[in-house]
Amino acid sequence: MKNATSKVIRKNKAQILESWMKYQLTDEDLRDDLMNMEELHGQSEQLLDSFLNALESGNMNDINAREFEPIRDTLGEISVMRARRGYSPRETGTFVLSLKQSLFDALEKEFKSQPEILYKEIILVNNLLDSLSIFTFETFIKGREEVILRQTDEINEISTPVIRVWEGILALPIIGTLDSARTQIVMENLLQEIVATGSSIAILDISGVPAVDSLVAQHLIKTVSATRLMGAECIISGIRAEIAQTIVHLGIDLSNIKTKASLASALRLAYDMMGVEVKKMDRRSKISLL
Amino acid sequence: MIQISKDSMPILREQDVVPFRNRVRELATKIGMSLVNQTKLITAASELVRNMLKYANGGKVLLELISRNGQTGVRLTFEDQGPGIKDIDLAMKDGFSTGKSLGLGLPGTKRLVNEFSIKSVPGEGTTVTITHWKNGR
Ligand SMILES: Nc1ncnc2c1ncn2[C@@H]1O[C@H](COP(=O)(O)OP(=O)(O)OP(=O)(O)O)[C@@H](O)[C@H]1O
Ligand SMILES: [Mg+2]
Repeated sequence: MKNATSKVIRKNKAQILESWMKYQLTDEDLRDDLMNMEELHGQSEQLLDSFLNALESGNMNDINAREFEPIRDTLGEISVMRARRGYSPRETGTFVLSLKQSLFDALEKEFKSQPEILYKEIILVNNLLDSLSIFTFETFIKGREEVILRQTDEINEISTPVIRVWEGILALPIIGTLDSARTQIVMENLLQEIVATGSSIAILDISGVPAVDSLVAQHLIKTVSATRLMGAECIISGIRAEIAQTIVHLGIDLSNIKTKASLASALRLAYDMMGVEVKKMDRRSKISLL
Repeated sequence: MIQISKDSMPILREQDVVPFRNRVRELATKIGMSLVNQTKLITAASELVRNMLKYANGGKVLLELISRNGQTGVRLTFEDQGPGIKDIDLAMKDGFSTGKSLGLGLPGTKRLVNEFSIKSVPGEGTTVTITHWKNGR
């Protein structure tokens, strides 16, 4: 069963496509730097074709049906791509919604003298495109969420570098909140580096951790224990005065752990533990080096 | 007592903890609380939201700026509809935990802030209120 709208689209496809493109471009917020015209034209034509095929199948209301699969795929691809490229939701929504106006124009021309059919078809197209635009938004948001998840992973990775400060000494500056997921990453990186470099001392610097509550403390204690199991010693540095006071009031016992106020004093302790002596050269020995 | 401002925040997931702590920090900075007191308050708040997430599957927090006897302070009320706490005296003891943890959250929080009160009805939920003054200890 072919309905009136699908016949109208089939007959006026080229015109509809052209007017749809025009409507998309009149949206003054559309940034043409993000996509080229050819691409936009291609996507629009692809979408219109799948829309027409779906309509010709006779299904006029359920966008979740099999006939609508190609159009869902096309829309899904377009919205995810737009989310990644940084399009606004408005720009993405306009893409589908502006097709409404072009279809209404074509239907109006065709059924000018038959208001009943015109009314029925307009309602139909309206509902269908509303459903499709909701679908577009959903996929757009999913695309954005994927971007956020990927960024979270990246942040986790870049924010936990393990630095070889000296033969046998590793330093690990921790910046931000130390939640369970971060602790896992920190611990893995650290243990891996201890093995890879054969280091015997690791300095965990928490200057960049905003608050140490019992959960963070527990995570630190776990990391220290794991380091010890690997045969290395762990020093925690960067405990600011206000954090020290808070830890004491909370009742957390860090007495089994070597702690230092600054990274510099932790490094000094590490040198001591390794029997390394660092001292200023006097003038004469400097010159003799040259 | 005068309430200067009031705001509430739902805590439903791990990810709500950091934004919540930042809100508390904002309030504390606004009244000029010292860094040590800010850190105490934020750490206490952090313990209580974590309990709410861990034992009651989340809840909501009321954040208020209040003034009493010429002092300004931050008051936070943590309210959940979780299983409640059967024996509050026991839960307030250092080292008591049903969650294989340090058992320092509740007693530690009480030591960190100026005022602390807890109400809990088994099967209905738990409400913890803490107040920390601008010039608290
Ligand atoms: N909101 C709550 N709802 C139900 N039970 C709670 C709640 N908060 C605390 N409890 C109970 O009180 C106990 C003590 O809490 P507390 O915060 O002192 O320790 P913890 O959470 O077990 O360990 P830590 O906070 O040191 O990681 C918990 O183990 C739990 O049984
Ligand atoms: Mg706790």
